[in-house]
Amino acid sequence: MRDVKSGCTRVLVCAGTCCVSGKAFVIIENFEKELAAAGILDIKVVKTGCFGLCSEGPIVLTQPDDYFYAKVSPQDVKEIVEEHFMQGRPVQRLLYKDASNGEALSLLEADFYKKQHKVALARCGVIDPEKIDDFIEQDGFKALEKALLTMTPGQVVEEIKNSGLRGRGGAGFPSGKKWEFTKNAAGEKKYVVCNGDEGDPGAFMDESILEGDPLSVVEAMAIAGYAIGANEGYIYVRAEYPLAIHRLKIALAQAKERGFLGKNILNSGFDFELSIRYGAGAFVCGEETALISSIEGRKGTPQLRPPYPAVKGLFGCPTLINNVETYANIGKIIMMGAEWFKAMGTAGSPGTKVFALAGNVKNIGLVEVPMGITLREIVYDIGQGIPDGRSFKAAQTGGPSGGCIPIEYIDTPIDYESLGEIGSMMGSGGLIVMDDSKCMVGIAKFFMQFMVEESCGKCAPCRLGLVRIYEALARITDGNGTMEDLQELEELAEMVSSLSFCALGQSAPNPLKTTLRYFKDEYLAHINEKRCPAGECEKLLNYEITSLCIGCRKCLKACPAAAIIGKVKEQHVIDKTKCIKCGACIESCAVKAIIRA
Amino acid sequence: MKNEQEKQKILEIIQEYNNGPSSLIQVLNMIQDEHGYLPQNVQKLVAEEMGIPFSRVYEVTSFYSRFTTEEKGECTINVCLGTACYVKGAQKNLDELKSRLGIEEGHTTEDKAFTLTSSRCIGACALAPAIVVNKEVHGMVNLEKLAHILEIYE
Amino acid sequence: MINIYINGQQRSILPGKTILEACKESGIHIPTFCYDERLKPEGSCRICVVELEDSHKLLPACTTEIAPEMRIATHSPLVMRMRKHLLEIMLSNHDISCLKCERAGNCLLQDYAYEYDVDIEKYRGRTRESAYLAENKFFELDQSKCISCGKCARICSQLQGNNVWAISNRGFETEVSTPFGIDMEEAGCVHCGNCVSICPVGALKPKKEHKFRAWEINEIQTTCSYCGVGCQMYLQVKDDKVVGVKPAYGKSNEGLLCVKGKFAFDFINHPQRLTTPLLRLADGELHSVSWEEALQLIADKTQEIKNTYGADAIMGLSSARVTNEENYLFMKYMRAVIGTNNLDHCARL
Repeated sequence: MRDVKSGCTRVLVCAGTCCVSGKAFVIIENFEKELAAAGILDIKVVKTGCFGLCSEGPIVLTQPDDYFYAKVSPQDVKEIVEEHFMQGRPVQRLLYKDASNGEALSLLEADFYKKQHKVALARCGVIDPEKIDDFIEQDGFKALEKALLTMTPGQVVEEIKNSGLRGRGGAGFPSGKKWEFTKNAAGEKKYVVCNGDEGDPGAFMDESILEGDPLSVVEAMAIAGYAIGANEGYIYVRAEYPLAIHRLKIALAQAKERGFLGKNILNSGFDFELSIRYGAGAFVCGEETALISSIEGRKGTPQLRPPYPAVKGLFGCPTLINNVETYANIGKIIMMGAEWFKAMGTAGSPGTKVFALAGNVKNIGLVEVPMGITLREIVYDIGQGIPDGRSFKAAQTGGPSGGCIPIEYIDTPIDYESLGEIGSMMGSGGLIVMDDSKCMVGIAKFFMQFMVEESCGKCAPCRLGLVRIYEALARITDGNGTMEDLQELEELAEMVSSLSFCALGQSAPNPLKTTLRYFKDEYLAHINEKRCPAGECEKLLNYEITSLCIGCRKCLKACPAAAIIGKVKEQHVIDKTKCIKCGACIESCAVKAIIRA
Repeated sequence: MKNEQEKQKILEIIQEYNNGPSSLIQVLNMIQDEHGYLPQNVQKLVAEEMGIPFSRVYEVTSFYSRFTTEEKGECTINVCLGTACYVKGAQKNLDELKSRLGIEEGHTTEDKAFTLTSSRCIGACALAPAIVVNKEVHGMVNLEKLAHILEIYE
Repeated sequence: MINIYINGQQRSILPGKTILEACKESGIHIPTFCYDERLKPEGSCRICVVELEDSHKLLPACTTEIAPEMRIATHSPLVMRMRKHLLEIMLSNHDISCLKCERAGNCLLQDYAYEYDVDIEKYRGRTRESAYLAENKFFELDQSKCISCGKCARICSQLQGNNVWAISNRGFETEVSTPFGIDMEEAGCVHCGNCVSICPVGALKPKKEHKFRAWEINEIQTTCSYCGVGCQMYLQVKDDKVVGVKPAYGKSNEGLLCVKGKFAFDFINHPQRLTTPLLRLADGELHSVSWEEALQLIADKTQEIKNTYGADAIMGLSSARVTNEENYLFMKYMRAVIGTNNLDHCARL
């Protein structure tokens, strides 16, 4: 055996979806190969779930010497093994460095992690999600043991109720109350369901938890089953998350093999079975009654409430539905107690919340922060601000059901009430940052198009109203909008919100409403001046060739509409009547002589 | 479903996953994973075998965006249109693919080489804008990179 | 009984009733498209919303149960405005060629458009395009007039039990069709026409020989003569001719009919229909005679046979096209008057 000079005994390689796309599996394979080739046997390679800082992936951590490698490629592995592990000289060029002074930082020293507080994500990026022993080593199944062997179902429900935990899927309904309703509902047979139909486009919290710590959800569902008196559960996952499905399957098989699922769990006399159901591509299935329809094998249209699922849900039986992140908090609450949980966050919204921070922000990734933190802290401290010298324009929370928050509200604390007050919502935790190059009418149109495609078609206001809203927005971004369109948009938004059948339709106009509220100037500029202030709406752009033009004829050849005229070595001109505003000329110009405004 | 052999294979899948009408979506997902698509005769077979009205099966397959009745091309390009990807220019990539391949979303080129689809968020937001070619995720795709990727699969 | 207030007036209503039922009982009309008392409530068209006066919340009347002390406003300014806008967007995806529509004068959308004083072309935009035509002999489907209330599919699956229609696709593209647009009969259609009868607008309508307007006809209730079930129906009569059939809510049919009752009425006005008894005379030809003459002949011949050969030389065969009561009388006649048990019925095949 070779002498290992570094203090490293474990190499953790992130194997979340982003890092896997960056060939994390090859990196793992290479580590195993290189370590074997070097004869090093006492360094263990661990494939973990998401570390969070996705924009720096693929990420490799060494423990316990605590080095943090970012943007590692499979070819770099050999160097890390030879230099770092064998010579004790960490590979400087790959270490993650402080943006301000260039110093190498360990994971926890990075700004990205400083303000974070991990509860739901505690084991993500720490354990190998495909190994149940890793989970058990990190206190896995202790909460289940505590609940089954030392608590009555009533006590479990009380604990969750006292913790003040609210549903992390969107609406923020108190979870303990849901548990209590389901527990008290009459019925021999009851079900526990996990809503993993993460529909918000631009959110990957639930995906990361299922990929990084699937057993925490399994454990929590078993606890829930015990508490409400259910022996059967379903996990509903989007088919678009193959890695999460793969790891869940392994988790279920291992839990069953070890007796944490199945008959007489931990000799308590409690039986619990879990199965997986795949979503087949329908945003509306995040709505709990639509999700039930889907698990029952029907199309995912929402059903009448009341009766609520707690009374009459899956197969007509009382059903408890919580989302993935909600379940990921349960084990900790049972272990540490409601008081511990309440000490985090705000009085009305205790605990932490996981956000998927993405868009025009330097650090993209998964963050878990105490409730009550401000948007500014997330964007500027954790996210390290806006890249490319641009400035913050808005943050979108809550996905297609949420709203756009302007700079005026950047110091709003992030909790259920505060976000609601400014017209947005917590939603499942998507947080998209937008810089000043983004057109807010365009953003409203983007979300409306999404909702048009995802409306289930059951009720008339949502089925028809959203299309008319989208069309009015398209008229505005195309430069054909009128003040009547604006009036129409307000009327339609009110009607769709107040008449729609389910929460999807009721909240669908939110992106429109918030942009109308905070960025009305932009709408007016599109309508009255036929101008897109952000310079994004193509049909409102004008292309001009400036005096920088050297008359090289490149743009003239690139123009598909033959709209550019000019002689060699003379300044060219764009015929605006022919220009189709495709931007091909700008891309072809070598001297940046063409401007778009 | 073009021959007896394919039919047998599909019957086996139905047999394996059929736990009553509630397993319809599961069965359809499994058949599509194996068979690639769900044409009329396959859906009819599922309806008959599972004792579900044909109209209910068709409602389900025409409702969920993942199910397709068209045979897929050798290479499937899926453009993520999640918010993070949109903010970073996914629409341009999609438009470019549409014009290069000469097909609309959800369709397959005549030579059955490419199928173009889009999805709402594949959960790789750090790599935005992302596309998935067959099962491989490509991140930070711009027009240049797109051309490069297409070359590999052409 | 519980106390509620509808438009400020106190009412005592049985608990468990919906707001719609309570309003109906109180003589207040609430518009509906997707509601039908025979079907499971769907609550999808949203036109029946009413306002709760305390919270200003809008709730669908057809699916919301009344609660004690509930204060309901059925026609408040908010409700009226919302219904109006809803009708306006429904019309934006509806072929508004009402002038030549079959259902003019008998169409809920038209009635409400009038009642709520809508701006017919307020909202512009694309309309749903659907190629499916539902080709068959008895009725036609005009997709451009469908408002997606779903009643056709629900009556087919919930009451007729044939599951022909699928409400396929989703969102704006939602449409009614057979699976993959296959042939109606292959999809299990028996052409009962109950989907046609329940359609509130001009989307599903019978193929007609005689054109008529809703206001040109008299509707006469009668019992269907095709079999012994006793379905109630209205014969739609224009200029003394039966031009259509509409199901009535009889005890035995509750607004349902079969293909014969609904569509097979042309025989009534058929030129070859026999309207008097015919008697073949010595010239070998059939001649029209009076009922007295014909019945006398039958009575004489029957008597003669009975006297000569005994009662058992006679047998009676009855028809499924007469009522149970008539069949009963015929049995009595054969057994008590003729005196034989030689009696059978054509439906015993």
